[in-house]
Formats: sequence, structure tokens, C-alpha cells
Amino acid sequence: MSQLPGAALAQAVPGSYEEVGVIYFDNAATSWPKPAAVKDAMVQFLEEVGANPGRAAHRRAVTAGRMVYETREAVAELFNAPDPLRVVFAANVTEAMNLALVGYLRPGDHVITSAIEHNAVMRPLRELERRGVELTVVACAPDGALDPGDVEAAARSNTVMVVLNHASNVVGTILPVQEVGEIARRRGLLLLVDAAQTGGAYPIDLVADGIDLLGFTGHKSLHGPMGTGGLIVGERVDVKRLRPLKRGGTGSNSELEKQPDFLPDKFESGTANAVGLAGLGAGVRWVLAEGVERIRAHEAKLTQHMIDGLTAIDGVTVYGGLTATRQTATVSFNVEGMMPSEVGLRLDEEHDIMCRVGLHCSPAAHRTIGTFPDGTVRFGLSPLNTMSEVDSALAAVGELAQEAG
Amino acid sequence: MTDGDYTVLLVYSTSHALRAEKLLARAGIDCKLIPVPRELSSDCGVCVRVGREERLRAEQVLEDAELEIEGVHNV
Repeated sequence: MSQLPGAALAQAVPGSYEEVGVIYFDNAATSWPKPAAVKDAMVQFLEEVGANPGRAAHRRAVTAGRMVYETREAVAELFNAPDPLRVVFAANVTEAMNLALVGYLRPGDHVITSAIEHNAVMRPLRELERRGVELTVVACAPDGALDPGDVEAAARSNTVMVVLNHASNVVGTILPVQEVGEIARRRGLLLLVDAAQTGGAYPIDLVADGIDLLGFTGHKSLHGPMGTGGLIVGERVDVKRLRPLKRGGTGSNSELEKQPDFLPDKFESGTANAVGLAGLGAGVRWVLAEGVERIRAHEAKLTQHMIDGLTAIDGVTVYGGLTATRQTATVSFNVEGMMPSEVGLRLDEEHDIMCRVGLHCSPAAHRTIGTFPDGTVRFGLSPLNTMSEVDSALAAVGELAQEAG
Repeated sequence: MTDGDYTVLLVYSTSHALRAEKLLARAGIDCKLIPVPRELSSDCGVCVRVGREERLRAEQVLEDAELEIEGVHNV
């Protein structure tokens, strides 16, 4: 069997956490550590390039622009987007989702979403609802599963868009994006997908999945730095209708005081996070080299072991579908008789395990799985975690559960 | 302006110019990104310079990739 991504990365990251002796299980919030190539690309940009991409024509400005462009190309390749210029960079996936929702929807439009969304989608949608956009939130099963038929049944004559997270950030449940994509095509709706939890960890193919708008984050499973992400604008999207969140300098059409109307400049005003995008490019190329399928297989193995181990502990409740093949490497659970905040503190202080507890910015998801308002303890794994770390965590949770029970 | 040995292709933005550079390189056409000559446009960006003998082939490569060309000038 080929070397697992985790082992490969451990070699690529000097002083990785296994040597430090701590277990980082908060990868669903941001991945750590990053491949060494990510840091190297950022250092190279700062030391050797440093110029403003797309703002001048001297050699280093062109080199900076080329590094940003190559990141666009890598992202387009990973998600099978036909044209790299349709990859619009943003500060994070939240900004990307805001651009797609606030930029596209108008009063009188109807939009459909699920009951397991992150606030990156729910908050802009609730604001749009206040401004006259009609919203239907389709219920999910308690394990987070969404029935595509319920999405279709919610469609009306004024429905213009379906927005779904690809996988829940709370329980990892993967939503049936491809099936909903097929419904969206058939009914002439746009499908907007929030890939915060899946981009780089689960196969995404814009064409095959029927995705029209894809919001992605750079700092989770693409292994880039924070402050990177973006929106891929598919061919079916009317770019004229999509309004930018901000307007300003783009380095193009400088003689005009009117915002450019072409991609990506229309949506990329202001100096880009070029150092971050240089790092993101290295992260995406690392994912492409390791292979999403291989990363996925390793994560699924760890995840199933985690689910089975937690389920076997008396007094522990695990949420979601309990099947690794139907979810990401994110596992939510609770310990009977101990609040999630207490579990998180004890894991950190007594067992050197870092995770995230509470509501995870997703009150809707916690209502769906029945854990609102206390929340859950969430382990978010990455391709560089190992079986022995999962075993250590299981032993630690076992101790806490015994004490609390 | 005196005619030289080059043709410049004007595109909408630096991102477009960088895409053009990649597409042309893949097609085996030598090119260089240069500042847009002031006589051609008041834009502050870059354009794509190719050897004049590559003009038609370069235009075809960009057209095939649906990369819109704003203007073509011999310089």
C-alpha cells in the first residue's frame, strides 16, 4: 500500500505536532500543521517577489500576478472548473457566500436551503429575508441527511437558487449535492454550494455535480493560510446580475470610474492577499499531488475508527450517520453528565487534545441534531492525523466518561 | 509609431494576460508580458507581445480558449 498522506505530510512538516506531543483535532475550524511547501511559497513571495499582482508591468509585479494566476489554475483543476478566470478570490468562504447570496438574490426571489447550514449562509439569508427575499429552510433528518425530493417539493415559480453546504460542519454529514444539482438543472435554478468542509477532502466536480456557484475556503482541507478562499462562478450564472460586494481598483480599465464587468476583476477590487494566495497555491498543489481520493480514504478509515470507538464508550452519544463513507472526518459527540465546554477544557488541559466545543456557528444544525443550545464536542480530523492519535483520544474520552458517569 | 517585429495583443486585465501567457506557452508560442503602450490604451496593465510571424496562430489559440482579445497591434 502506498504511503498514507498523513505519513507523507509528517515528513514534510519539520517539528510536526506528533513530536510536540499534542493532538490537534480542530481541523474543521482550520487545518494545522500545513505542508512545508505552503510556508516556503509564502516566504518566497515575501522575500523574492513582494510586488503588487496586477498593478504594474515590471517583472516582479508580473511574477506576483503569475503566482496568483497559478493558484487560480490549481483551484480550477481541483474542482474541474473549465476556466481559471471564473475563480474569484475572497478573504474567506464567508465572503464568497455573501457575494453569491447578497450579490445575486433580489426582493421577490425565492431561495431554498437546508436545516443544517452554517451561519455563513443563514445570517446573509435572514438579512435577505428581511429585505424581501423569500426563504424556505428544508428540514433534515436528525443525522443531518437531506432528502433531495424535499428540495424539489419546496420549489416555487419564483425560486431562483438552492444553497447547501456540501457537508455539515457539525456532524460531517454529506448532502446530496449531485442529486440536487440535477433537480436545479431540470428546473432552471442555480445551485450554490458551500464547500468549506469538503473542498480538498472530498471529490468535487463542478460539471458532474451540476454546481453553478462554489464557495471554498483556503485554510481547511486545501491546507493554505487563513485569509484565503473564493467563489467559482459557473457558466450558467448571469455575471451581469451578480453584484460585487465592493468596488475599487482592479488594475484594469483604469481610465474608467465604472467597475469592470468581467471576471474575475468585477469581484476582486483592492490589492489581493498575494502572499496568502501563494501559500494556497502550494496547498492545492499538495492536495492534487496526494490525491483527493487517497486523502479521503485515509480520513474515512480514521473517522470510522473514531466513531466506532466513541460509540463503544458507556455514556457517550455520537451524532450524525455513524458511517464514515457518508460523512467528512468531523465527529460530534457528548459525554453524559459533563457539559461540552468542560469536556473540551479537560481534553486540552489534561490530555493535550485540542478540539472545538459548543455550537460551531451553526445553531440550525444543532437544532436539527437535537443538541441546541448546549452543543457538542467536535473532533475535526485531517489527512495527517494518525490511528494512534485517534486511539489516544478514545482513551481520554473513556476516562472522562467513566468519571462523569 | 514605427513598425517593429512584434505584435501586441490587448486583453481585459492582468489575469487575462496571464492566462494568455499560459495558453500560448502550451501552444509553443514565445511571448512576453509588457506594459500596455500608452498609444494603444490608457490602461495601466500588461499586454501580451508575440513575434509578428506568430500573430495569427496566437490569435487562434486565444480564440479557441474563448479568451477575448481587445485589440491587436503591430509595434
